[in-house]
Amino acid sequence: MRYLLGRLSHALFLLAGVSILAFLFTALAPGNYFDEMRLSPQIGAETIAALRAQYGFDKPLPVRYVSWLSSVIHGEMGFSFAYNSPVAPLLLVRARNTLLLTITATLLAWAIALPLGVWSAERVGRMPDRLLSWGTAALLVIPDLALALGLLVFAVRSGWFPTGGMASVDFETLSPLSKLRDLALHMILPVTALVLSSLPLLVRHVRAAVADVLNAPFLLAALGHGIPRRTLLYRYALPAAANPLISLFGFSIGVLLSGSLLIEVVMSWPGLGPLLLEAILARDLYVVVGEVLFSTLFLVGGNLLADFLLYWADPRIRTESSAR
Amino acid sequence: MWFLVSSMKVEASACGQNMQPLLKVENLVKRYARRSLVGAREELLALDGVSFTIFPGTTLAVVGESGSGKSTLASCLACLESPTTGNIWFEGKDIVKLEERARRQVRPKIQLIFQDPASSLNPRWSVLDILIEPLILESKFTREEMKQRASSLLERVGLSPDIVERPPSELSGGQRQRLAIARALALEPKLLILDEALSALDCSVQAQIANLLMDLQSSLGMTYLFITHDLAMAGHLADDLAVMNRGRIVEQGPAEEILKQPGHETTRQLLAAVPRMIRALPELEQQ
Amino acid sequence: MTSVLEIQDLQVSYRSRGGALSPALAGVSFGLMPGEIMGVLGESGSGKSTLAVSVVRLLPGNGEIIRGAVHFEGKDLLRARPDELQQIRGRRISLIFQEPSLALHPTMRAGEQVRQVLAAHGSPGKSTLSERTRQVLAEVFPEEADRIRRSYPHQLSGGQRQRVLIAQAMACGPSVVIADEPTASLDAATQMEILAVFRTLRERGGLAMIFITHNPALLSGFADRVLILYGGRVVECGPAEAVLASPRHPYTKALFESIPAVSEGRANGRKTKLPVILGDSSRSSLPRRGCPFEPRCTEKMNICREREPALVNLSEFHVVSCFKYES
Repeated sequence: MRYLLGRLSHALFLLAGVSILAFLFTALAPGNYFDEMRLSPQIGAETIAALRAQYGFDKPLPVRYVSWLSSVIHGEMGFSFAYNSPVAPLLLVRARNTLLLTITATLLAWAIALPLGVWSAERVGRMPDRLLSWGTAALLVIPDLALALGLLVFAVRSGWFPTGGMASVDFETLSPLSKLRDLALHMILPVTALVLSSLPLLVRHVRAAVADVLNAPFLLAALGHGIPRRTLLYRYALPAAANPLISLFGFSIGVLLSGSLLIEVVMSWPGLGPLLLEAILARDLYVVVGEVLFSTLFLVGGNLLADFLLYWADPRIRTESSAR
Repeated sequence: MWFLVSSMKVEASACGQNMQPLLKVENLVKRYARRSLVGAREELLALDGVSFTIFPGTTLAVVGESGSGKSTLASCLACLESPTTGNIWFEGKDIVKLEERARRQVRPKIQLIFQDPASSLNPRWSVLDILIEPLILESKFTREEMKQRASSLLERVGLSPDIVERPPSELSGGQRQRLAIARALALEPKLLILDEALSALDCSVQAQIANLLMDLQSSLGMTYLFITHDLAMAGHLADDLAVMNRGRIVEQGPAEEILKQPGHETTRQLLAAVPRMIRALPELEQQ
Repeated sequence: MTSVLEIQDLQVSYRSRGGALSPALAGVSFGLMPGEIMGVLGESGSGKSTLAVSVVRLLPGNGEIIRGAVHFEGKDLLRARPDELQQIRGRRISLIFQEPSLALHPTMRAGEQVRQVLAAHGSPGKSTLSERTRQVLAEVFPEEADRIRRSYPHQLSGGQRQRVLIAQAMACGPSVVIADEPTASLDAATQMEILAVFRTLRERGGLAMIFITHNPALLSGFADRVLILYGGRVVECGPAEAVLASPRHPYTKALFESIPAVSEGRANGRKTKLPVILGDSSRSSLPRRGCPFEPRCTEKMNICREREPALVNLSEFHVVSCFKYES
């Protein structure tokens, strides 16, 4: 119990620290939202000064931080200049879109990586395993950008898939079933890109962890007891190999919000990625800070989840060893 | 002139050294605090007031079951851990009270040999690297000198010099243990602590290493603290015997006497647990 | 009486990375009688562990069975199908490995590990499985069976872990148990306990056991017959009292002499050295021709370098492989 409470408080500290740093860096970065306005001759200097005062830009940094913090607690997370609305609802909508992609992709990637890694670990050194290794190495080398663009080209050439976006133009007029189908069609390519980019790492890790365990004496002993192959793999080998994989899973959860940025931008998926890009370019301060905080929340949460899962899965972490 | 006098003084006291104990342990106590997850702080008393003396050139065997505190004793004496209270007098100085710099002078004189030869030798290094590592740390020798010392060390423990480039994985258990002894000898220690050093070896190899240890004792005047649960080997190698149970020494004295007439219940139990061989009677040999 | 396990001319080698074959067992033959404890004595390089895993074909990837047969219950195990082997392992022939801390699954409770063995060999419903698990554990842990059942391996002592291994081995009531150095990492008192457990199990009836060790003293008063392995060959085999009390083979004699005894006094009160066998027994230092022990033997003759000695009958039950005894 003490272990878990420790991890939790550690996580909270981390979040607080990141929020301060994010705020600091964004606020101190050169330029602000009003610079563009200044370039326009139609808007007078007094207007800009008034706007600045309205949004509190003339107050010192710590004060702005505190007011932003209270805004967070109230559920608004600051104000977006570009969209003229509180940040929170903006983020939530986009986050939902991103999660749609990433959760699907993560589940799919793990569902493929686990059996593939186990299969490969059973055949270490032999031809099938080597072919798989080359395949994953090749995938690893291809940049996400190239993957995404390649899939887009495929979409354009074949005409089977929409070339970006989340919904067709006539989305609202469709029946519920057709809406689902439309969504799915739009999701296929970005999800494929995400799965292909994360698969190699997962497969290699699963393979390494399971291969290690397959050589362990307790597995040989279990074989000697006549435990059948399937039980051996999934009840003996995989749980023993679980520790590094649980940590990896926590990382997978952690990047649910941040890992798909590139692909979203390239494929015009209306998620957090394009929003962040716009906000940075426009110096929309509170949107940037809000998104960083959101992503950090997931990252820290993912690691915390991994810690909790490890605690639950490995009795050696959970209980003290007594007699020796 | 002064130098001559002082060196003569050192010689004179060295003669009297035979009467002085090399190691004297007084009331050694070691407590481990364990925090269980429930919240209570549990304390493990590994050593509960251990006292004994070892004279130079002799062997003290410490026997006991697992959990009796023998290995904790070894770590404390080898300066790997600090005792909670108590004194350890080595060559007249209390090494518990010494500060780190002075203790670093003492450490080379007390060397530890472990039970598992495979895990105490770096598998990625060659025999030569393993042997000269302690010499490099002393940083007194040139590369050539170190190689020569390595060769003579190998000879001294009965290993052939042409294994110098091999990794430990290619050596047998007995050879690895000889290598561990050679490495320990590199710094010319006064006291060798053998923590179950023979237990993982085959029976016939145990005999070889035991003979080597006896040779080194008579040629170099080595002093041994031999920790084991093998009473037969302890009786064979040791001059004195100390029996441990739950962190305390329950019986100690000359080995032969104790084994012939055990005084304490623990000693009797340990003796009873020794598997006995049926020995060949001399008449049968004639057939 | 027919043997329950018959090993004929078993030859096993290991293939190194470079492709060369190095022999581990060079033709081992013996028979195990029902209800007997056969002590197999061997040091490093003798092939004892290879023998243990070869019987049920659990050799590592680079191990190859060159020739031989292992007859058990009417089948030759070396030529059996994989599904037949899986049914025999753990159910009819059980293996107990050394190093109990490594042979148990680190994150599975002890009771569950025993239950898995029972489940693998077709026990009926779930409740029967749990009941049977409790029974098996109670046999080996007369007192704290329930606590052990719920414990993880890292919470158990060395002796307790070894007993869990024994429970797993006995769970399905096999007729042969092969124990490879089961007491190697335990202290003397625990060793005695484990040997007592084995004796009790044997007395229950019907169990034949191959007990592999490098310490002859353990076999005294425990084994019925003793077989000495050296360099992958049987060099001596016979009734335990005969072999242990009056060994014939030069290796056996020298081995027993090199073990110190507690009761021996000292000459003049000074420590004496033990008579040792010079050299070592590792696979790489075995000669290519002739008797495997010849380089280290104090009684060698010229013929020992040229040919391998055959097994000679000293008496009806005691055989030895040495030219000294060939008439």
